[in-house]
Amino acid sequence: MHFALTEEQQMIADTTRAFVENELYPHEAEIERSGHLPMELIRELQAKAMAAGLYAANMPEAVGGAGLDSLSWLLYEKELGRANYALHWTCVARPSNILLAGTDEQKEKYLFPCIRGETWDCLAMTEPGAGSDLRGMKATARFDGGDFVLNGTKHFISHADIADFAIVFMATGEEETPRGPKKLITAFFVDKGTPGFTVRDGYRNVSHRGYTNSVLDFDDCRLPKSAVLGEVHKGFQVANDWLGATRLQVAATCLGRADRALSHAIAYAAERRQFGQQIGKFQGVSFKLADMAMELKAANLLTWDAAWKFDQGTVTEADMSMAKLKATEVLAMIADEAIQIHGGMGLMDELPLERIWRDARVERIWEGTSEIQRHIISRELLRAVGG
Amino acid sequence: MKVLVPVKRVIDYNVKVRVKADGSGVDLANVKMSMNPFDEIAVEEAIRLKEAGKAEEVVAVSIGVKQAQETLRTALAMGADRAILVVAADDVHTDIEPLAVAKILAKVVEEEQPGLVLAGKQAIDNDMNATGQMLSALLGWSQATFASDVDIEGDSAKVTREVDGGLQTISVKMPTIVTVDLRLNEPRYASLPNIMKAKKKPLDEKTAADYGVDVTPRLEIVKTDEPEARQAGEIVPDVDTLVAKLKEKGVV
Ligand SMILES: Cc1cc2nc3c(=O)[nH]c(=O)nc-3n(C[C@H](O)[C@H](O)[C@H](O)COP(=O)(O)OP(=O)(O)OC[C@H]3O[C@@H](n4cnc5c(N)ncnc54)[C@H](O)[C@@H]3O)c2cc1C
Ligand SMILES: Cc1cc2nc3c(=O)[nH]c(=O)nc-3n(C[C@H](O)[C@H](O)[C@H](O)COP(=O)(O)OP(=O)(O)OC[C@H]3O[C@@H](n4cnc5c(N)ncnc54)[C@H](O)[C@@H]3O)c2cc1C
Repeated sequence: MHFALTEEQQMIADTTRAFVENELYPHEAEIERSGHLPMELIRELQAKAMAAGLYAANMPEAVGGAGLDSLSWLLYEKELGRANYALHWTCVARPSNILLAGTDEQKEKYLFPCIRGETWDCLAMTEPGAGSDLRGMKATARFDGGDFVLNGTKHFISHADIADFAIVFMATGEEETPRGPKKLITAFFVDKGTPGFTVRDGYRNVSHRGYTNSVLDFDDCRLPKSAVLGEVHKGFQVANDWLGATRLQVAATCLGRADRALSHAIAYAAERRQFGQQIGKFQGVSFKLADMAMELKAANLLTWDAAWKFDQGTVTEADMSMAKLKATEVLAMIADEAIQIHGGMGLMDELPLERIWRDARVERIWEGTSEIQRHIISRELLRAVGG
Repeated sequence: MKVLVPVKRVIDYNVKVRVKADGSGVDLANVKMSMNPFDEIAVEEAIRLKEAGKAEEVVAVSIGVKQAQETLRTALAMGADRAILVVAADDVHTDIEPLAVAKILAKVVEEEQPGLVLAGKQAIDNDMNATGQMLSALLGWSQATFASDVDIEGDSAKVTREVDGGLQTISVKMPTIVTVDLRLNEPRYASLPNIMKAKKKPLDEKTAADYGVDVTPRLEIVKTDEPEARQAGEIVPDVDTLVAKLKEKGVV
């Protein structure tokens, strides 16, 4: 067992970090203020990210990505994750891995333009009536004369406003299971502008300013069979095969922001003086720092462990859930304590802490709530003994 | 034309430097190390010369501890074609003095026959500002220091120098040694694909002994001190008091 990064991994982290600090940080305050990412800025930063080979670097080399192993990929995600989410997600986009599951034609139409920075994707599963319980979804795709006809509503769909197409999961049938009837699900590519498909503004929310969510309405939206991603009724298999590691992506981006908040807290504790000494000399402050650093290290190790196992093919669902759960909860704790150490100044938008604190909130909800992660972890424990 | 770029591994410019308890130098144990920022500018300039068709090959060379290999990989990831590591010390705290570095570089130049040596004007760790000049003397080559613009035209180079009074433009005969200043260019990011490729680029490992150069230090470091902590300021009520105070302290 050895825990050192390779030279390349260190360089990947360093170069991504330098890019994030020099090119993304300067724009954060404005986006936090306006909640909007202007297209000229997106184009400018996209071009720089491409020159540095950072754009879509999650993708395999054969399709124009960087061909990174999982640990390198997550080191890159961690550094990107330091910055405002809308900025890094849009300007240094990582197209969804699920696009790799498409046919050659689908890759030509959807994957390659995303990698070239010409288009953006979005992924729609959640519905007003179906969040954690996706197999209880109501939106349907009905087979009709060789076509599919889509009806229903999806909500909370991230960056669907800027996306050029959506990968949409629809119920195409039902099967009996020991736990009652469950929906059979199929994934579709739906282009913006397809008749019967509309995207409207979603909700304003506390986390990730500038990173929008939308409501997707399907009203007799007719799609050819060629719009199916993967196989009919096998939408969940495609998702499981290609989206498993997104939990690790969430974990890694959280680790980046947690590290940023912790660095601020350490620097401030060494600099701020009250009662005639550095506040870091009070154990009430210094012991917080010790716990923050220890928890962050634990979260890092859980994530790197899962990343390494992912490449060995030995990762379990529980490994990935633990990494996501720990990283998101540690981020929340560190953001909160970093503010505490800053006193009143921690709440002011002069520092990135108030926003790291706000941004931390969504991480325990999306990509599977903390409760769902605990469910996955405990299920694996109990199944092993026949539970 | 081949361009040789010496690069030094130094304490990262973001690191808050700590002096060792015995005052013998700066503590480098478990401290982030990076390429000397001026050398990064030199690497960038060399790559630009290659991209402009004025150079065929960029060779990076580093003299120091084995870990300087990381610095060379960064140069390779930025776009240098190959690298030479000259191991001259075991302990990360051993600094190879400019004359020894220049002597080794002179041997490397003899072997490699570059048309141009692009070096940083100084290393940010000891601020010696001497290696390029010494190398020029050892080789009998022309030199152009503190460059903020470099234009190679056949067998001469027009170099703009940042001097105290402003900018000075000189013309030097090739082959030459140029030491670069801060404003010459903005170094690129080592791109992800180039980082992956850097692993496959050749990196030769030599020792100071291979070149027959004695690297024993000639300088004795008597003491290293932390910079004096800044004193707390004082707010004065008006300009008259300010002027009076300054006079009192003898600064005006
Ligand atoms: C900003 C934002 C962006 C999003 N982007 C997208 C997107 O791009 N695409 C997309 O498809 N979705 C997206 N989502 C949806 C996200 O994945 C869901 O919010 C998440 O899956 C939780 O579903 P829910 O909000 O409906 O909560 P619910 O599932 O209704 O959960 C409510 C509460 O019940 C708990 N709970 C539910 N089931 C169980 C159980 N079995 N055991 C214990 N507790 C349980 C949950 O943990 C939670 O505390 C986004 C959400 C947000 C907030
Ligand atoms: C929105 C807002 C409105 C406010 N309104 C007013 C107002 O109207 N009038 C007014 O006068 N003030 C006001 N305040 C100031 C507020 O009372 C201070 O922020 C508060 O007293 C903390 O001081 P500080 O922010 O300077 O933090 P500091 O005192 O610098 O504390 C920094 C950190 O060090 C810790 N610390 C400090 N000393 C010790 C110690 N001895 N032992 C252990 N830990 C220690 C603190 O607990 C904290 O975690 C306001 C603040 C805010 C944020």
